[in-house]
Amino acid sequence: MSSPPAKIELPNEEKAILDSVASKLGDKVKVLFAKPNRIKISTRTDNLVDVAKFARDELHFDQCANVTGTDFPKDKQIEVTYHFGSIDDAGLRRVILAVACRVPSTAPEVPSLIDVYPSANLHEREQAEMLGVIFKGHPNLTRLLLPEDWTDIPPMLKAYRLPGRLESE
Amino acid sequence: MFTQQIEDDKLTVSIGPQHPGAGHFRFTITVEGDTIVDVLPDPGYVHRGAEKQTEYRNYLQSIPMLERSSLTDVTNIIMPYSMAAEELMGIEIPPRAKYLRMIMSENQRIISHLYWMGIQGIFLGHSTAFMWPLGDRDIFIDLGQMIGGARITYSYAIPGGVRNDMPEDFKDRALKVFNYFEKRLVDYERIFFQNPLFLKRTQGVGVLPRSEAISLGVVGQVLRASNVKSDVRIDEPYNFYRDIDFEVPSFDTCDTWARCMVHLIEMKQSMRIIRQCLDKMQPGPVRAKLSPQQRTVVGEAYTRVEAARGAMSYHIISDGSTKPYRVKISVPSFRNLIALKRLLIGSHVADMPAIYWSLDYWPVEADK
Repeated sequence: MSSPPAKIELPNEEKAILDSVASKLGDKVKVLFAKPNRIKISTRTDNLVDVAKFARDELHFDQCANVTGTDFPKDKQIEVTYHFGSIDDAGLRRVILAVACRVPSTAPEVPSLIDVYPSANLHEREQAEMLGVIFKGHPNLTRLLLPEDWTDIPPMLKAYRLPGRLESE
Repeated sequence: MFTQQIEDDKLTVSIGPQHPGAGHFRFTITVEGDTIVDVLPDPGYVHRGAEKQTEYRNYLQSIPMLERSSLTDVTNIIMPYSMAAEELMGIEIPPRAKYLRMIMSENQRIISHLYWMGIQGIFLGHSTAFMWPLGDRDIFIDLGQMIGGARITYSYAIPGGVRNDMPEDFKDRALKVFNYFEKRLVDYERIFFQNPLFLKRTQGVGVLPRSEAISLGVVGQVLRASNVKSDVRIDEPYNFYRDIDFEVPSFDTCDTWARCMVHLIEMKQSMRIIRQCLDKMQPGPVRAKLSPQQRTVVGEAYTRVEAARGAMSYHIISDGSTKPYRVKISVPSFRNLIALKRLLIGSHVADMPAIYWSLDYWPVEADK
């Protein structure tokens, strides 16, 4: 929003999630934003599996809808964001819980959530090849979308320039 | 490419990537007798780096490029992108634009489902069910052309609203088409969906139980056929779907037949939605004022819509400039790919085409 948005009252489900996160996870997570239908929290990599298990068992988010990897070269960090959704709990279907963790670009290692969320399988493989993130514990972190003979750096890193594009673009 | 390799009593067969019916996608199956024991999907033959290319374009310029990855479903694939951009730009689109987006997206859903039905027909060896839907699809393409100006790629739902208003005679034409097509759907049901051969080849084939559908994270028709009444249009209504009366089909048989029937019913419901939109929409502007180099706020947006094949979402991270910092596309085909392995293992080779195409897997969309 260009002007500061009016304070929107959060629906009860979101409030309950935030309360539950604050009381059960405490220092392990930080709430980055909470707006109607969307909550984003961040955590450290060593807590990621615990947070995911908590999201599945206590908050009833039963699937991983998306994984986004983003390169932040200025911070020398890569952010991996999991988006969890719920299907079984019809009241929660509108809510997406994003769990982000940042890892140093030099050693981008994130524990794989495939045991907690089997639906994260292909999403993790895609981000692994696009950003060079290693999802520790993933059984099959092989090439998915990139050509078999790809030898360049992972293409979604900001350091990778598309062929034919100028440095200034 | 077709390679065979014999190891003991098992045979490895590579299918694709030369268009096994629906685009360039390869999967390797291992068969024992005629039972599939292993499946190795190998997508990526049409990966074009759409996400990377958005880094070089401003919000508006990415639209024609992004819609190329799903040519049967162009309005739905860019609508969440435009919604995310609007959220980051802090603009609200006019009501008439929302109705026009709904009309175009439902029209697109019918176009996509008819294409699906044609291919499913040919996969099951039913050539009438290939020719009729593809013929009727053209009528809906004509409808889309009346509004969008082009036959396939309209770039219609742009940030700020839609590109242009619809012509005055659209309503008459659309109602005429729907009256025709509603009768036609009865024919389809009779010749294809109630055909004993179709029933034999789809009922009880490729069963995906409800609990697995949820844990695998499948979307769209695959999810609804597995006895889950979930649809983003209901779960998280966007545009004016909250005010529209329509049904979301779901079946408890969880098989290929159910996935096919969901497509059929959705076409009926899409026409019902467009009829209501045409009645409810009021004259007015169709586009909010927007600079081509519109700036955004620093932040992120995650938006989703129900595209023809299921939930389609965009995650856009913005650094406040005129170009998105990161665009992540989560497409229904990519999310449904995980079900292919689960469904094919244990089934017969002859059931493979029916199961594969019942997922409505669109390789170009999945590869991005």
